Amino acid sequence: MYNEGPVVGEVVSELLGTFPHVVCVDDGSKDGSAAAARAAGAKVLSHPINLGQGAALQTGFDYMLARTDATHVVTFDADGQYLVSDAAAMVTKAFATSVDIVLGSRNLGQTEGQPFTRRVLMAAALRFSRTVTGIELTDTHNGLRVLTRSAAAQMNLRQFGMAHASEIESRVAAASLTWCEHPVTMRYSDYSRSKGQSNLNALNILFDLATDRLGATA
Amino acid sequence: MIIRIFLLASILLMVIVLLKARPSGGRLAMTRLIGFAVALGAAASVIAPSLVTEAANLVGVREGPNLILYVLVVVFVFTTITQNVRIRELDRRLANLARAQALLDFDRSVDAHESTVDSVHPRG
Repeated sequence: MYNEGPVVGEVVSELLGTFPHVVCVDDGSKDGSAAAARAAGAKVLSHPINLGQGAALQTGFDYMLARTDATHVVTFDADGQYLVSDAAAMVTKAFATSVDIVLGSRNLGQTEGQPFTRRVLMAAALRFSRTVTGIELTDTHNGLRVLTRSAAAQMNLRQFGMAHASEIESRVAAASLTWCEHPVTMRYSDYSRSKGQSNLNALNILFDLATDRLGATA
Repeated sequence: MIIRIFLLASILLMVIVLLKARPSGGRLAMTRLIGFAVALGAAASVIAPSLVTEAANLVGVREGPNLILYVLVVVFVFTTITQNVRIRELDRRLANLARAQALLDFDRSVDAHESTVDSVHPRG
């Protein structure tokens, strides 16, 4: 989370109603998000500086692998875009199907109040990621996921910004992890819209992915 | 034209070399050597401007200053890519450091919490 003070407490307490452990990675927030999350009962890991969402996710995975013996981990955005009930259903699905990773898909579910330009952009991003990874997802860059311990160990994310979502998909392809999707409902509230990414950020993601590819294969 | 082949080949070579190599002593040395060569060339062009034009004519460029511009472009691209690779590596290290710090802090807060709980409710 990064500067999600107004909502994170509520998100954490909602989660704690269903899940026994909530770990919040505070990505160098300046607005007391860490204290709010801690007060709500989450375990809080604090980056001393802001690094980006990908880096925060990796910190969460590292914590899970090094300090717990959990079998599954849920990744859940701190801004309240997702429903706890969706997360719970995805965990049930993960146990039932024993796939390595369950990915949330807003296109199988409902999306409330998504701006039109964002919908067009996400459609283009989806086509791109299908082509690149060869995985026939129905959604991309959805932050709600359930990973098994071994899947989390495969991640080792190097993209610290938003491109990590594509990176996760390429890890799934590279390590031939088994996966399935689950419909999720997204709440694009005024809060998340005001906090959310600019559409132009898609260009940054493309650039990050392209240059990383050069660096990795050469 | 010789100059076109030279420029394109050198740009391509730099990109390949830079992206392929991990930062190491050898690449650093190469960077420095190229730096010296550029400096020497610059000094020569100041001392004897006609040399630049002669060198330019030799590789098929009409004017000396044009040759300097081309070389500068190549050097600029080279520098940019080097810095980019370096910054990315630094970012990675920084993130690992921050991550280690976050985990350490967490462990410490858990320890502190446990010891206060012990002192408030002494066991036994």
